[in-house]
Amino acid sequence: MDEKFKKIVIENSDTIVQMWMEEVNSLKNINYTATISDELFESTNREFVNVIFSSITNRGTSNSVEVFSEKIINLGWPLSYITDGLQVFRRVTADYILTQSEKVDSNHFSNILKSVDLWVEPLIRQLVNEYSGSWEHIVSLQRVALQELSAPLIPVMDKITIMPLIGTIDTERAKLIMENLLEGVIKHNSEVVLMDITGVPVVDTMVAHHIIQAAEAVRLIGSTCILVGIRPEIAQTIVNLGIDLGKFPTKSSLKKGFTSALEITNRKVVDLESKEASIEKMIDSLQGE
Amino acid sequence: MKPQSCVNINKEWDIVGARQVGRDMAKKLGFGTVDQARIATAISELARNIYLYADSGQICFEVIENMQQQGICMTAIDTGPGIEDISQVMQDGYTTSGGLGAGLPGVKRLMDEFDLKSEEGKGTKIKAVKWLR
Repeated sequence: MDEKFKKIVIENSDTIVQMWMEEVNSLKNINYTATISDELFESTNREFVNVIFSSITNRGTSNSVEVFSEKIINLGWPLSYITDGLQVFRRVTADYILTQSEKVDSNHFSNILKSVDLWVEPLIRQLVNEYSGSWEHIVSLQRVALQELSAPLIPVMDKITIMPLIGTIDTERAKLIMENLLEGVIKHNSEVVLMDITGVPVVDTMVAHHIIQAAEAVRLIGSTCILVGIRPEIAQTIVNLGIDLGKFPTKSSLKKGFTSALEITNRKVVDLESKEASIEKMIDSLQGE
Repeated sequence: MKPQSCVNINKEWDIVGARQVGRDMAKKLGFGTVDQARIATAISELARNIYLYADSGQICFEVIENMQQQGICMTAIDTGPGIEDISQVMQDGYTTSGGLGAGLPGVKRLMDEFDLKSEEGKGTKIKAVKWLR
Protein backbone atom coordinates (compact mmCIF):
# COMPACT_ATOMS: atom_id res chain seq x y z
CA MET A 1 0.00 0.00 0.00
CA ASP A 2 2.76 2.36 1.07
CA GLU A 3 4.75 1.68 -2.10
CA LYS A 4 1.71 2.39 -4.23
CA PHE A 5 1.22 5.80 -2.62
CA LYS A 6 4.89 6.54 -2.95
CA LYS A 7 4.72 5.77 -6.64
CA ILE A 8 1.79 8.14 -7.09
CA VAL A 9 3.64 10.89 -5.24
CA ILE A 10 6.92 10.49 -7.10
CA GLU A 11 5.31 10.23 -10.51
CA ASN A 12 3.30 13.36 -9.87
CA SER A 13 5.97 15.22 -7.99
CA ASP A 14 5.69 18.24 -10.32
CA THR A 15 2.03 18.77 -9.53
CA ILE A 16 2.57 18.32 -5.80
CA VAL A 17 5.52 20.69 -5.80
CA GLN A 18 3.39 23.22 -7.63
CA MET A 19 0.61 22.94 -5.05
CA TRP A 20 3.07 23.07 -2.17
CA MET A 21 4.79 26.16 -3.58
CA GLU A 22 1.48 28.02 -3.83
CA GLU A 23 0.53 27.21 -0.25
CA VAL A 24 3.93 28.10 1.18
CA ASN A 25 3.98 31.36 -0.74
CA SER A 26 0.65 32.34 0.72
CA LEU A 27 2.07 31.60 4.19
CA LYS A 28 5.00 33.93 3.60
CA ASN A 29 2.84 37.01 3.83
CA ILE A 30 1.31 35.98 7.13
CA ASN A 31 4.21 34.47 9.01
CA TYR A 32 7.52 35.83 7.84
CA THR A 33 8.90 39.27 7.52
CA ALA A 34 8.71 40.81 4.09
CA THR A 35 12.45 41.46 4.14
CA ILE A 36 13.13 38.07 2.55
CA SER A 37 13.52 38.61 -1.16
CA ASP A 38 11.24 36.65 -3.48
CA GLU A 39 14.11 34.98 -5.35
CA LEU A 40 15.77 33.75 -2.16
CA PHE A 41 12.45 32.52 -0.84
CA GLU A 42 11.73 30.75 -4.13
CA SER A 43 15.14 29.09 -4.34
CA THR A 44 15.06 28.02 -0.70
CA ASN A 45 11.60 26.56 -1.23
CA ARG A 46 12.91 24.57 -4.21
CA GLU A 47 15.75 23.26 -2.12
CA PHE A 48 13.38 22.44 0.70
CA VAL A 49 11.05 20.46 -1.54
CA ASN A 50 14.01 18.63 -3.08
CA VAL A 51 15.18 17.68 0.40
CA ILE A 52 11.70 16.37 1.20
CA PHE A 53 11.51 14.29 -1.99
CA SER A 54 15.00 12.91 -1.72
CA SER A 55 14.29 11.85 1.84
CA ILE A 56 11.09 10.10 0.69
CA THR A 57 12.79 8.25 -2.15
CA ASN A 58 15.88 7.27 -0.19
CA ARG A 59 14.02 6.46 2.97
CA GLY A 60 17.21 7.03 4.93
CA THR A 61 18.90 10.00 6.47
CA SER A 62 20.77 12.02 3.93
CA ASN A 63 23.40 14.65 4.16
CA SER A 64 21.20 17.14 2.33
CA VAL A 65 18.92 17.46 5.39
CA GLU A 66 21.83 18.62 7.51
CA VAL A 67 23.02 21.05 4.88
CA PHE A 68 19.55 22.45 4.48
CA SER A 69 18.88 22.99 8.20
CA GLU A 70 22.26 24.69 8.52
CA LYS A 71 21.33 27.00 5.67
CA ILE A 72 18.03 27.97 7.33
CA ILE A 73 19.85 28.75 10.56
CA ASN A 74 22.44 30.84 8.77
CA LEU A 75 19.69 32.76 7.03
CA GLY A 76 18.13 33.35 10.44
CA TRP A 77 14.74 32.10 9.40
CA PRO A 78 12.34 30.93 12.09
CA LEU A 79 11.84 27.29 12.96
CA SER A 80 8.21 27.71 11.93
CA TYR A 81 9.35 27.92 8.31
CA ILE A 82 10.47 24.30 8.51
CA THR A 83 7.51 23.01 10.48
CA ASP A 84 4.98 24.94 8.39
CA GLY A 85 6.58 23.74 5.18
CA LEU A 86 6.39 20.12 6.24
CA GLN A 87 2.88 20.51 7.57
CA VAL A 88 1.78 21.95 4.23
CA PHE A 89 3.54 19.11 2.44
CA ARG A 90 1.69 16.58 4.56
CA ARG A 91 -1.65 18.20 3.79
CA VAL A 92 -1.03 18.70 0.09
CA THR A 93 0.27 15.19 -0.49
CA ALA A 94 -2.56 13.53 1.40
CA ASP A 95 -5.04 15.61 -0.58
CA TYR A 96 -3.40 14.73 -3.84
CA ILE A 97 -3.31 10.99 -3.20
CA LEU A 98 -6.98 11.15 -2.20
CA THR A 99 -7.94 12.75 -5.48
CA GLN A 100 -6.02 10.02 -7.34
CA SER A 101 -7.77 7.18 -5.54
CA GLU A 102 -10.79 5.53 -7.07
CA LYS A 103 -12.52 4.15 -4.05
CA VAL A 104 -12.41 6.11 -0.83
CA ASP A 105 -13.45 4.58 2.43
CA SER A 106 -12.29 5.34 5.94
CA ASN A 107 -9.75 2.53 5.87
CA HIS A 108 -8.15 3.79 2.69
CA PHE A 109 -8.15 7.30 4.06
CA SER A 110 -6.36 6.32 7.25
CA ASN A 111 -3.82 4.33 5.22
CA ILE A 112 -2.97 7.40 3.20
CA LEU A 113 -2.54 9.53 6.31
CA LYS A 114 -0.37 6.87 7.91
CA SER A 115 1.93 6.62 4.91
CA VAL A 116 2.34 10.35 4.53
CA ASP A 117 3.03 10.69 8.26
CA LEU A 118 5.67 8.00 7.99
CA TRP A 119 7.46 9.98 5.31
CA VAL A 120 7.21 13.36 6.96
CA GLU A 121 7.77 12.59 10.63
CA PRO A 122 11.42 11.52 10.58
CA LEU A 123 12.13 14.57 8.50
CA ILE A 124 10.43 16.88 11.01
CA ARG A 125 12.30 15.24 13.84
CA GLN A 126 15.65 15.52 12.13
CA LEU A 127 15.22 19.10 10.94
CA VAL A 128 13.92 20.36 14.28
CA ASN A 129 16.69 18.56 16.14
CA GLU A 130 19.34 19.98 13.85
CA TYR A 131 17.89 23.44 14.17
CA SER A 132 17.48 23.47 17.95
CA GLY A 133 20.77 21.66 18.45
CA SER A 134 22.59 24.36 16.57
CA TRP A 135 20.91 27.04 18.69
CA GLU A 136 21.82 25.23 21.88
CA HIS A 137 25.39 25.08 20.66
CA ILE A 138 25.44 28.83 20.07
CA VAL A 139 23.92 29.52 23.50
CA SER A 140 26.45 27.32 25.27
CA LEU A 141 29.31 29.01 23.41
CA GLN A 142 27.97 32.40 24.42
CA ARG A 143 27.65 31.30 28.01
CA VAL A 144 31.32 30.33 28.01
CA ALA A 145 32.24 33.62 26.36
CA LEU A 146 30.23 35.54 28.96
CA GLN A 147 31.81 33.63 31.79
CA GLU A 148 35.25 34.51 30.47
CA LEU A 149 34.56 38.22 30.68
CA SER A 150 32.44 38.12 33.82
CA ALA A 151 34.97 39.10 36.49
CA PRO A 152 38.26 40.40 35.10
CA LEU A 153 40.92 41.76 37.36
CA ILE A 154 43.36 44.37 36.11
CA PRO A 155 46.54 45.17 38.00
CA VAL A 156 46.91 48.80 36.86
CA MET A 157 50.00 49.50 38.90
CA ASP A 158 51.99 48.19 41.79
CA LYS A 159 49.66 47.48 44.74
CA ILE A 160 46.55 48.81 42.98
CA THR A 161 44.10 46.51 41.20
CA ILE A 162 40.83 47.27 39.44
CA MET A 163 37.86 45.01 38.90
CA PRO A 164 35.41 46.53 36.42
CA LEU A 165 31.97 44.94 36.57
CA ILE A 166 29.66 45.27 33.60
CA GLY A 167 26.18 43.79 33.30
CA THR A 168 23.86 41.87 35.53
CA ILE A 169 25.28 40.04 38.52
CA ASP A 170 23.70 36.68 39.27
CA THR A 171 24.65 34.15 41.93
CA GLU A 172 27.06 32.34 39.64
CA ARG A 173 28.87 35.53 38.74
CA ALA A 174 28.90 36.76 42.33
CA LYS A 175 30.81 33.62 43.28
CA LEU A 176 33.30 34.18 40.45
CA ILE A 177 33.78 37.80 41.51
CA MET A 178 34.62 36.78 45.05
CA GLU A 179 37.04 34.05 43.93
CA ASN A 180 38.82 36.16 41.31
CA LEU A 181 39.03 39.11 43.67
CA LEU A 182 40.68 37.20 46.49
CA GLU A 183 42.95 35.21 44.20
CA GLY A 184 44.00 38.36 42.38
CA VAL A 185 44.67 40.33 45.55
CA ILE A 186 47.05 37.62 46.77
CA LYS A 187 48.65 37.09 43.37
CA HIS A 188 49.30 40.74 42.58
CA ASN A 189 50.03 41.60 46.19
CA SER A 190 47.54 44.50 46.03
CA GLU A 191 46.94 46.87 48.87
CA VAL A 192 43.89 48.46 47.29
CA VAL A 193 41.21 46.94 45.07
CA LEU A 194 38.82 49.20 43.20
CA MET A 195 35.52 47.55 42.39
CA ASP A 196 33.82 49.50 39.62
CA ILE A 197 30.04 49.07 39.30
CA THR A 198 29.42 51.75 36.66
CA GLY A 199 28.18 49.08 34.26
CA VAL A 200 25.91 47.22 36.67
CA PRO A 201 22.35 48.19 35.75
CA VAL A 202 20.59 47.33 39.02
CA VAL A 203 21.94 47.02 42.53
CA ASP A 204 19.41 45.13 44.58
CA THR A 205 19.83 43.55 48.00
CA MET A 206 21.35 40.38 46.53
CA VAL A 207 24.00 42.27 44.55
CA ALA A 208 24.71 44.57 47.50
CA HIS A 209 25.01 41.58 49.79
CA HIS A 210 27.58 39.96 47.53
CA ILE A 211 29.54 43.20 47.22
CA ILE A 212 29.58 43.62 50.99
CA GLN A 213 30.76 40.04 51.46
CA ALA A 214 33.49 40.44 48.85
CA ALA A 215 34.69 43.68 50.42
CA GLU A 216 34.69 42.09 53.86
CA ALA A 217 36.69 39.12 52.56
CA VAL A 218 39.21 41.49 50.97
CA ARG A 219 39.52 43.29 54.30
CA LEU A 220 40.20 39.99 56.04
CA ILE A 221 43.22 39.30 53.84
CA GLY A 222 44.61 42.71 54.65
CA SER A 223 43.66 44.87 51.68
CA THR A 224 41.23 47.69 51.20
CA CYS A 225 38.29 47.46 48.82
CA ILE A 226 36.92 50.71 47.44
CA LEU A 227 33.56 50.62 45.71
CA VAL A 228 33.52 53.06 42.80
CA GLY A 229 31.17 54.04 39.98
CA ILE A 230 28.05 54.52 42.07
CA ARG A 231 25.64 56.47 39.88
CA PRO A 232 23.25 58.91 41.56
CA GLU A 233 20.15 56.79 40.88
CA ILE A 234 21.90 53.71 42.27
CA ALA A 235 22.89 55.67 45.38
CA GLN A 236 19.24 56.63 45.89
CA THR A 237 17.94 53.10 45.51
CA ILE A 238 20.59 51.78 47.89
CA VAL A 239 19.47 54.33 50.49
CA ASN A 240 15.79 53.46 49.87
CA LEU A 241 16.51 49.78 50.30
CA GLY A 242 18.20 50.60 53.59
CA ILE A 243 21.47 48.89 52.74
CA ASP A 244 24.41 49.84 54.91
CA LEU A 245 27.54 50.28 52.81
CA GLY A 246 29.26 52.26 55.55
CA LYS A 247 31.84 49.61 56.37
CA PHE A 248 34.08 50.37 53.43
CA PRO A 249 34.95 53.45 51.39
CA THR A 250 32.89 54.33 48.32
CA LYS A 251 33.50 56.86 45.55
CA SER A 252 31.38 58.20 42.72
CA SER A 253 33.89 57.61 39.96
CA LEU A 254 36.85 55.40 39.17
CA LYS A 255 39.01 58.52 38.89
CA LYS A 256 38.30 59.61 42.44
CA GLY A 257 38.71 56.08 43.69
CA PHE A 258 42.08 55.83 41.99
CA THR A 259 43.24 59.08 43.58
CA SER A 260 42.38 57.84 47.05
CA ALA A 261 44.00 54.48 46.26
CA LEU A 262 47.19 56.40 45.50
CA GLU A 263 46.84 58.23 48.80
CA ILE A 264 46.48 54.97 50.69
CA THR A 265 49.63 53.63 49.05
CA ASN A 266 51.46 56.93 49.75
CA ARG A 267 51.82 58.05 46.18
CA LYS A 268 50.55 60.84 44.01
CA VAL A 269 50.39 61.81 40.36
CA VAL A 270 52.90 64.50 39.40
CA ASP A 271 52.83 66.44 36.14
CA LEU A 272 56.10 66.30 34.30
CA GLU A 273 57.66 69.53 33.17
CA SER A 274 55.91 70.32 29.92
CA LYS A 275 57.71 69.50 26.71
CA GLU A 276 57.33 72.92 25.16
CA ALA A 277 59.08 74.63 28.04
CA SER A 278 62.02 72.30 27.86
CA ILE A 279 62.33 72.78 24.10
CA GLU A 280 62.28 76.51 24.54
CA LYS A 281 64.97 76.22 27.14
CA MET A 282 67.06 74.16 24.75
CA ILE A 283 66.66 76.74 21.98
CA ASP A 284 67.59 79.50 24.42
CA SER A 285 70.73 77.69 25.44
CA LEU A 286 71.65 77.08 21.79
CA GLN A 287 71.20 80.75 20.96
CA GLY A 288 73.39 81.67 23.89
CA GLU A 289 76.38 79.91 22.31
CA MET B 1 -6.82 50.46 31.03
CA LYS B 2 -4.00 49.08 28.93
CA PRO B 3 -3.52 45.32 28.69
CA GLN B 4 -1.05 43.91 31.15
CA SER B 5 2.06 41.96 30.30
CA CYS B 6 3.27 39.14 32.45
CA VAL B 7 6.66 37.49 32.91
CA ASN B 8 7.04 34.00 34.32
CA ILE B 9 9.78 33.51 36.88
CA ASN B 10 11.33 30.06 36.81
CA LYS B 11 15.05 30.61 36.39
CA GLU B 12 17.43 33.17 37.81
CA TRP B 13 17.76 34.83 34.41
CA ASP B 14 14.01 35.40 34.26
CA ILE B 15 14.61 38.09 36.89
CA VAL B 16 16.59 40.02 34.29
CA GLY B 17 13.79 39.51 31.78
CA ALA B 18 11.17 40.85 34.20
CA ARG B 19 13.36 43.84 35.01
CA GLN B 20 13.75 44.63 31.33
CA VAL B 21 9.99 44.56 30.72
CA GLY B 22 9.32 46.77 33.75
CA ARG B 23 12.07 49.22 32.88
CA ASP B 24 10.88 49.55 29.28
CA MET B 25 7.35 50.18 30.47
CA ALA B 26 8.52 52.78 32.99
CA LYS B 27 10.61 54.51 30.34
CA LYS B 28 7.67 54.65 27.94
CA LEU B 29 5.46 56.14 30.63
CA GLY B 30 8.02 58.90 31.15
CA PHE B 31 9.58 58.00 34.49
CA GLY B 32 12.96 59.62 35.18
CA THR B 33 16.18 57.63 35.51
CA VAL B 34 15.98 57.57 39.31
CA ASP B 35 12.45 56.22 39.34
CA GLN B 36 13.34 53.76 36.58
CA ALA B 37 16.15 52.45 38.77
CA ARG B 38 13.75 52.29 41.73
CA ILE B 39 11.19 50.33 39.73
CA ALA B 40 13.82 47.99 38.28
CA THR B 41 15.25 47.35 41.75
CA ALA B 42 11.81 46.68 43.22
CA ILE B 43 11.06 44.20 40.41
CA SER B 44 14.40 42.58 41.03
CA GLU B 45 13.60 42.10 44.71
CA LEU B 46 10.12 40.71 44.08
CA ALA B 47 11.30 38.41 41.31
CA ARG B 48 14.19 37.17 43.40
CA ASN B 49 11.85 36.39 46.28
CA ILE B 50 9.74 34.29 43.93
CA TYR B 51 12.84 32.53 42.61
CA LEU B 52 14.31 31.93 46.07
CA TYR B 53 11.27 30.94 48.09
CA ALA B 54 8.52 29.84 45.73
CA ASP B 55 10.53 28.38 42.81
CA SER B 56 8.11 29.71 40.24
CA GLY B 57 5.62 32.48 39.88
CA GLN B 58 4.65 35.41 37.78
CA ILE B 59 5.08 39.17 37.71
CA CYS B 60 2.50 41.22 35.85
CA PHE B 61 2.86 44.83 34.81
CA GLU B 62 0.04 47.20 34.19
CA VAL B 63 -0.35 50.87 33.35
CA ILE B 64 -2.89 52.36 35.73
CA GLU B 65 -4.59 55.72 35.82
CA ASN B 66 -6.62 57.68 38.30
CA MET B 67 -8.07 61.18 38.06
CA GLN B 68 -4.79 63.05 38.25
CA GLN B 69 -1.98 60.74 37.33
CA GLN B 70 -0.61 57.70 35.59
CA GLY B 71 1.40 54.98 37.19
CA ILE B 72 2.85 51.54 36.89
CA CYS B 73 1.41 48.69 38.88
CA MET B 74 3.18 45.41 39.30
CA THR B 75 1.79 42.28 40.83
CA ALA B 76 3.95 39.39 41.92
CA ILE B 77 2.04 36.16 42.34
CA ASP B 78 3.34 32.81 43.44
CA THR B 79 1.94 29.59 44.80
CA GLY B 80 4.81 28.97 47.18
CA PRO B 81 4.85 28.25 50.89
CA GLY B 82 3.43 31.66 51.85
CA ILE B 83 4.55 33.95 54.63
CA GLU B 84 3.90 33.00 58.24
CA ASP B 85 4.31 36.34 59.95
CA ILE B 86 3.92 39.33 57.67
CA SER B 87 4.92 41.91 60.27
CA GLN B 88 8.16 40.01 60.76
CA VAL B 89 9.18 40.00 57.08
CA MET B 90 8.47 43.73 56.87
CA GLN B 91 11.13 44.36 59.49
CA ASP B 92 14.55 45.43 58.28
CA GLY B 93 17.16 42.77 58.67
CA TYR B 94 14.85 39.78 58.99
CA THR B 95 15.96 37.02 56.63
CA THR B 96 15.60 33.29 56.29
CA SER B 97 18.06 32.90 53.42
CA GLY B 98 21.19 34.54 54.81
CA GLY B 99 20.65 37.69 52.78
CA LEU B 100 20.45 41.26 53.99
CA GLY B 101 16.78 41.09 54.87
CA ALA B 102 16.09 44.42 53.22
CA GLY B 103 14.09 43.14 50.24
CA LEU B 104 10.42 43.56 51.14
CA PRO B 105 10.73 46.61 53.44
CA GLY B 106 13.00 48.06 50.75
CA VAL B 107 10.40 47.55 48.04
CA LYS B 108 7.85 49.29 50.25
CA ARG B 109 10.14 52.31 50.53
CA LEU B 110 11.00 52.27 46.81
CA MET B 111 7.38 52.30 45.70
CA ASP B 112 4.41 54.53 46.51
CA GLU B 113 1.88 51.85 47.34
CA PHE B 114 2.52 48.40 48.67
CA ASP B 115 0.14 45.57 49.45
CA LEU B 116 1.07 42.10 50.64
CA LYS B 117 -1.35 39.23 50.91
CA SER B 118 -0.21 35.79 51.85
CA GLU B 119 -1.77 32.56 52.89
CA GLU B 120 0.36 29.87 54.41
CA GLY B 121 0.72 26.88 52.13
CA LYS B 122 -1.15 28.59 49.31
CA GLY B 123 1.04 31.42 48.09
CA THR B 124 1.76 35.11 48.17
CA LYS B 125 0.48 38.07 46.20
CA ILE B 126 2.28 41.39 46.31
CA LYS B 127 1.00 44.49 44.61
CA ALA B 128 3.20 47.57 44.28
CA VAL B 129 2.42 50.87 42.57
CA LYS B 130 4.61 53.76 41.53
CA TRP B 131 2.90 56.99 40.42
CA LEU B 132 4.32 59.26 37.79
CA ARG B 133 5.01 62.65 39.28
